Amino acid sequence: MGPSLGFDAVSHHLADLLDGAMLVLSFALLFQRRLTAVINIVAMQAWVLATATGWQGWLQRSPELDVTGLIVLGAAGVAIPIALHRMVRRLQIHQAVETALGIFPSMAVGVALVALAVLVVLPTATDGHLLTREDLALALSVVLLGQLMMITRRTALAQVAGFLSIGNGLLLAAVSVRGMPLVMASSIVVLMLGGALVSGVFFCRIRERFDRPDEAPR
Amino acid sequence: MTGLLILPGVMRDLVSAPGLAVLVPLVTAAGLGFVTNFRLAAWINGGAATLVFLLACALPWQPMAGLLLVDPLAAHMAILTSFVGMTSAWFSLGTIAVKAGAGRLDGWARRAYHALFQAYLGFLLLALLSNNVALTWGSIEAAAMASVVVVALPRTASAVEAASKQFILCGVGLSLAFFGTTLLYLAAVPALGSGLPAMSWSRLPAAAPQFHAAMLNLAFVFLLLGYGTKAALAPLHAWMASACAEGPTPISALLSGPILNVALFVILRLRGLLDVNLGAIAPGPPIMALGLASVLLAAFSLWRQGDVKRFFAFSIIGQSGVAAFAFGLGGAAATFAGLLHLTLHTLTHAAIFQCVGRAVQLKGGQRITDIGGLLVHHRALGLTLAVGIVALAGLPPFGLFTSEFLILSETVRRLPWVVLPLALGLVVGGWALAMRLISLCLGPPTPDRGPAPGLFALVPAWVHLAAVLVLGLAMPGPVAAWLMAIAEAAR
Repeated sequence: MGPSLGFDAVSHHLADLLDGAMLVLSFALLFQRRLTAVINIVAMQAWVLATATGWQGWLQRSPELDVTGLIVLGAAGVAIPIALHRMVRRLQIHQAVETALGIFPSMAVGVALVALAVLVVLPTATDGHLLTREDLALALSVVLLGQLMMITRRTALAQVAGFLSIGNGLLLAAVSVRGMPLVMASSIVVLMLGGALVSGVFFCRIRERFDRPDEAPR
Repeated sequence: MTGLLILPGVMRDLVSAPGLAVLVPLVTAAGLGFVTNFRLAAWINGGAATLVFLLACALPWQPMAGLLLVDPLAAHMAILTSFVGMTSAWFSLGTIAVKAGAGRLDGWARRAYHALFQAYLGFLLLALLSNNVALTWGSIEAAAMASVVVVALPRTASAVEAASKQFILCGVGLSLAFFGTTLLYLAAVPALGSGLPAMSWSRLPAAAPQFHAAMLNLAFVFLLLGYGTKAALAPLHAWMASACAEGPTPISALLSGPILNVALFVILRLRGLLDVNLGAIAPGPPIMALGLASVLLAAFSLWRQGDVKRFFAFSIIGQSGVAAFAFGLGGAAATFAGLLHLTLHTLTHAAIFQCVGRAVQLKGGQRITDIGGLLVHHRALGLTLAVGIVALAGLPPFGLFTSEFLILSETVRRLPWVVLPLALGLVVGGWALAMRLISLCLGPPTPDRGPAPGLFALVPAWVHLAAVLVLGLAMPGPVAAWLMAIAEAAR
């Protein structure tokens, strides 16, 4: 992909810019210490993902991608963050995020993971029209950083945020591939999984607060 | 427009035996959500599972490669899954009534239980029969979600914790598998072009030599890690023991093999793709390494388990590892042995979980120290469990002896030095099983705190063990030829 001032190059760079913004937000997730901020960043990541999806939909002239973008925006960008915020308020969950790894080590491991993603993807030079290596490396980095978030956070809701971020990375990879079939169906399954996790945590928390579980013998 | 053109084909696929085998449990699941009578729901569950098994039995005569893919491997796995589904459904008729009577399942949970049972079965069958890589992934994901909810149904703190552990680990694993699926599509596009053919299981093997090799390697790594988690291969096995220990026993019986088998089935299909691509890495060694690690980990972990369901969950991890090892070894003989092992251990474990479920209800606890001397007062239950454990330890005359012998001899022939850790794992695991056999069945009897199972309740376990015995002593010619044909095609 040589430097050029044509429309193709601009559109390609815009797609890269959006992918890069998702990665920056993944790093932002790693250094946040308050639950509300973590939820907001996951929501922002979903908005960027929805924009990237819509942009790909326009580039590829694919209505399926446009609809996918709207679904992502509605579910991951609006519904799930609202549910999480309500949960934090209703259950008066402590705002501080407990971490198993400090800010600096987390960021260092994060940078190492991005380097790993780039190294892993480098040998896979494919047809540039289908998907560039940068897209793949960025999506993989978002997935790996989401997993790092899940491992290094002890708070259940912060782990949920990590899981949602992994989902965002996966969908980024899927929508960036030109002509990938069943993108919409796959994204619905991924989002449903995120939604199921959020509701699961909600019901468990409700139960913990209002109802001591009985330990009858099985 | 294209959608309208393929619609008649889709409809034809759906009303065939394979289509109905997938649709019946899914439709039943939706219907059971509205049935408030618990007994009626249990009978509908059993009836639907039997119908699904009968439909699955027709699969070998209905090969298909459209919306669904019915080849001998998929047909074999579907028959096995639906058979375990059927016996677990009938077994569940009695156990769940006891649980509900003891107040461990409230009104909502009772209704959800049978619906989730059918949904789980339906998605497992869809994963096996689907002709699309992404649909297979989605179905496994959906089956995993159904099983997570079932595990959490008793809603004790430990059940919820086991469910959340299963959800997080399998969720992360399956997200890796989704990434791998995207990469597999990218690898296939140069050979098959953009669109559905590049995701279709039936088109992939023939075009695999032209796949983008580096992308295929990357896809393999992600898919192996992702589906390896679902196949409970070490070190990705952590969810399995808690899920089996905390979930309702019929679901443990159904978890005990089928969902692991579905993941191994995908890994086996994937191995076929890498084998024929000259630029791709050899898929055998990584699969073998994970399999061997599972065998060894399970063998030594068995000694430390104090919970009977957890104990047998580790035994499943070990046996699943043996099958994975055989698939990794490759070649017709090892693949045949792996398939036989997978089939027999699934049947044996389901029988054992059925006995263990009864024993746990009888003794009022699932600590190994709670259950002892079953042979003294409950001869039929104790004997069935003892026979199951002997079969699982790989002793003759049961079929697992045959499959383990075949795998070991094939390993000696091809990779002599690997036979040492494998044999060590099998011997240590078998020894742990023998020790448990002594304490559970032969030791001093512990007091009974629940209802004793009738003979009828043990019939499903006997059917399973009879199949394992027959396949070990005198495998019918057509069955051997059938398994050999699958192994030849899948090697």
